[in-house]
Amino acid sequence: MSDSATHHEDGHKSLIIDNKKLLMWLFLGSDCMFFGTLISTHLIYRKLNPEEFDPTSMFSLELTSFSTFILLMSSFLMALAVSAMHKGQIKSFRRNTVGVIFFGLIFLACQVYEFTEFAHLGLTLESGTFGSTFYLMTGTHGVHVAIGVFWLICMLFYSYTGKMDAHESAVDVEVAGLYWHFVDIVWIIIFTVVYLIEFIGKV
Amino acid sequence: MSTVTETPAPSTHTEEKHVLKTERSNLGLMRPDHNKSVLIDWLTTVDHKKIGIMYGAIALFFLLVGGVEALIIRTQLAFPENDLISAQRYNQLFTMHGTTMIFLAIMPLNAAFFNFLVPLQIGARDVAFPRINSFSLWAFVAGALVINFGWVLQAVEVMGLFSASGPTAGMNDFVPSMGWFGYAPITGIEFTGAGTDFWIMGLQILGVASLSAAMNFVVTIINMRAPGMKMMRLPVFTWMTLVVSLLIVFAFPAITIALAQLMFDRTFGTSFFVTAGGGQPILWQHLFWIFGHPEVYILVLPAMGIVSEVLPTFSKKPLFGYAIVVFSGAVIGFLGFAVWSHHMFTTGLGKVATAAFSLLTMAIAVPTGVKIFNWVGTLWGGRVRFAPPMIFALGFVWMFMMGGFSGIMHASAPADAQQQDSYFVIAHFHYVAIGGIFLAVVSGIYFWLPKIVGKMWKGKLSIWVAIFSTVGLNITFFPMHFLGLLGMPRRTHTYLEGFGWETYNLVCTIGSYILAFGIFLLVVDIIRCVRSGEPAGNDPWDARTLEWETTSPPQVYNFGRTPVIAARDALWEHKHGPENRRITYEEDDGHGIHMPSQSWMPMIASLGFVPLGLGLSLMQAGIPYMGYVAIFGLFMIALGVALWAIEGPGGYHLHPEEEK
Repeated sequence: MSDSATHHEDGHKSLIIDNKKLLMWLFLGSDCMFFGTLISTHLIYRKLNPEEFDPTSMFSLELTSFSTFILLMSSFLMALAVSAMHKGQIKSFRRNTVGVIFFGLIFLACQVYEFTEFAHLGLTLESGTFGSTFYLMTGTHGVHVAIGVFWLICMLFYSYTGKMDAHESAVDVEVAGLYWHFVDIVWIIIFTVVYLIEFIGKV
Repeated sequence: MSTVTETPAPSTHTEEKHVLKTERSNLGLMRPDHNKSVLIDWLTTVDHKKIGIMYGAIALFFLLVGGVEALIIRTQLAFPENDLISAQRYNQLFTMHGTTMIFLAIMPLNAAFFNFLVPLQIGARDVAFPRINSFSLWAFVAGALVINFGWVLQAVEVMGLFSASGPTAGMNDFVPSMGWFGYAPITGIEFTGAGTDFWIMGLQILGVASLSAAMNFVVTIINMRAPGMKMMRLPVFTWMTLVVSLLIVFAFPAITIALAQLMFDRTFGTSFFVTAGGGQPILWQHLFWIFGHPEVYILVLPAMGIVSEVLPTFSKKPLFGYAIVVFSGAVIGFLGFAVWSHHMFTTGLGKVATAAFSLLTMAIAVPTGVKIFNWVGTLWGGRVRFAPPMIFALGFVWMFMMGGFSGIMHASAPADAQQQDSYFVIAHFHYVAIGGIFLAVVSGIYFWLPKIVGKMWKGKLSIWVAIFSTVGLNITFFPMHFLGLLGMPRRTHTYLEGFGWETYNLVCTIGSYILAFGIFLLVVDIIRCVRSGEPAGNDPWDARTLEWETTSPPQVYNFGRTPVIAARDALWEHKHGPENRRITYEEDDGHGIHMPSQSWMPMIASLGFVPLGLGLSLMQAGIPYMGYVAIFGLFMIALGVALWAIEGPGGYHLHPEEEK
C-alpha cells in the first residue's frame, strides 16, 4: 500500500468489519454455494448410479489421509502467520507463510499423483458420472488451493519490498488466511463425503 | 506510515490547492487522473456515477436490441403459416430476446440505478471498491459482446465467407437457439453448435460481473453509510439493493457450476447431462432454476424499491409501513430460494415435492401482497401529484398486480400442468417484466434523470409514453392469456389456421408495435431532456431522500461535507421536520476530500474475458488457433489483475471550498 493511500484514508465509515474482510466473507458465502452445488451433484449421481463404479478399489485412504493432514497443518501455520503479522513480526510471518506454501504444494502434488493414478486405473472424465463429478469437484478445489498458494507466494515476495506493516497488511494477510481456512474446510467435507463414506462397512 | 489523525502543515495545504498534478502509480506509470480527454476519462473512471450512466446507456441500447428481436418474432406470428423467418432463425430470436432482456437490459438497468443512487442515498463518496466497480462494468460489456458475437459470425456465414468445421460442422447455428434457460439435452454437442458455446461463455462472464458488483454493493451498504444512517433509516431502494445483492451472491454460483458442467459435457466429454453416460438432463433444470427463481426477484425487487421511493414523494406522505415493506422484500428474497421447482411441476417431482413447492409459491404472494397494500396505504389520504414518475409508478402497481394474479394461478400445480409452456406463461411473465419491471424502471428514469443530468423534462411527452406503453403492453399480452388457454404452445415459429388463434395473434402483433412506439417516444423524451432541458435544481420533485440534497448533477465527490443523518426520509425531515431531525454536516478536517485514483487495469482485466470467451467457444467449433486466443485472454486477465494489485489504490485530494 502506497504512502499516499494511507495518508488519504477516508474517515467516515459506519465500520463494523473491515471492507476487505467483509468482501472475503461474502465471497466465501458465494463459494459455499459453488462447492455445495458440486458436492451435491456428486452425491446425487453416486446415489443414482451406485453400480457404475466402485471407488473403494481405487481410493488410497492412506495417501488421501496424509494429504488431508498436510492441508490441516497448513491451516495451522496460516493461523500462526496471521497472528505474527498482527504483532508485526515479519520474520515469523515469512517462516510460517513458507510453511503454508510448502504444505499447499505437497497437497497439490498428492492430488496430481492421485489424478494420474486414477486415470491409469480407468477413471476419466469420459468414463461416466463418477469421473465427471469427481474430477470437476476435486479439480475445482485443487484450483482453489493453487490460487491460494500463488496468492501467498505473492505476499511473501511483497513482504521483502518493505511496504508491509502491522496496520495495513495484517488485514490483507488475514483475508488470505480466511480464504485458506475455507479451502481447508471444504476439503474436510469432500474428504468425508466423497472418500471416507465409501468405506463404511468395507474396511 | 502516516495515519488519518496526522494534521498536515498549513503550507502543504496551499501547495495542493488549485493545480492537481497527476501522480505516478507504484508501477511508475502516470495514473489517468484529471485527464483532458473525455474518452480516457470515461474508460478509466472509478466514479460510481459515471459507471452508472454507462450501465444505463448500454442497457438501454440492449433494451432496444431485445425489442427489435421481439418485434421480428411478433411480425412472424402475425399471420398463420407466415414465412418471414425460418424456424431456426425464430429459435435464435426468442433465445436472444430472453437472454438479452434479462441479462443485458433489465439487470444492467437495475445496476445503473444501484451505481448511481446507492452511494448518494447513504451519504457516501463512492462504493467500497471503486476499481472493482469499474471491473464489473467492463466485464458486463465483455459478456454482452461474447453472447452477441454469434450474430456477427452468422452474418459472415450468410455472406458465404465462413463455414464451421470440426464437431459442429454443418451446424450453422452460431447464435444461441435453445431458449434462454437452455434445457439439457438440447444444449448437448449433438444438437446445437457454437451458439450454445457463446451463450455458456457469455453467461459465465456476466456472472463474474454480477457477482463482483453484488459483493461490492453489500460491502458499500453495510460499511459506507454516513453517520446516523442506521439500517432502518436506509431508503427502501437501498434496502432492496442490499437484498438483491445478497440474492446474486448466493444464487449465481448454481448457474456458474451448471454452466461449467455443461461446458465440460460439450468440450471434455463428461456426462453430467448426457443420458448415455448415466447423467440426468433434469439436473440442469434443478440447477438452473435454483439460480433462475432468485433471478426473478433479482429483477423485480429493485423495481419495487424504485416504486417505494416514488409513491411517497408524490403523495407527500412517508411510505406506509416502512419496516414491513423492507421486511417483506427480505422475505421475498429468502423464499425465492425455496420455490425453484414450481418451474418444473410437469416433470414428475412426486406428490409431496409438488405440494410443498406449490404451497411455498403461494406463500410468496403474502409478502408481495403486503407490499401492494402498503403502496396503496401510502397513496391513501396523500396529496397525490400526477407527475411523470408517479404515473408510471401507479401503472406499475396495477400492471404488476395483474402479473402477480396469473402467477398465483401457476402456483396451483394442476392448473400449471395446463398452462405449462403455453402462451399463458408468456402473458404472465411479460406482465411482470414489462408491466412491472419496465414501468418501474421508466418511473425511475423520469424520477432520477433530472438528478443524473441536472436538467428537467420538457413538455408533456411523458403522458404519451405512458399511454402508448401501457395500452400497447395490454393489447400485446392480455390476449396471450386466451391464446394460452386455447392451447397455443410457446416457441412455435408458426401455426395453422383453424385453431382460433389468428385474431388474437394479430391483435398481439399490433399491440407490440404500439408498445414499441411508446418506447421510441421514451427515447425521444430522454434525448430532449438531456439536450435541451431547463436546469433542474437540487430537488425538483420536493423529494425525501439524501440524493436530492446534493447538486444536480452531483459533484464528483457527491457531498462537500459528509452529512450526519438524524432521521429516516432525511431530506424531508430536514426541509419540513423539527429542528432535531435536520441534516447536520461533519466538520471539515482540513485534509480536503479524498478521491480514488482512476485506473486502466480493471478494464484491461475484464476485457480479457472477450478473447477468453470467444477463443473457448470457437475452439469448440473447430476453428484453428482459437486455443491460443483463449490463452491470450487468460494472460490479459492475469496481467490486468497483477498490475491492478501492484499499482496501488492511489488517490488525490479535492478542496471544493477553495475552488469556489
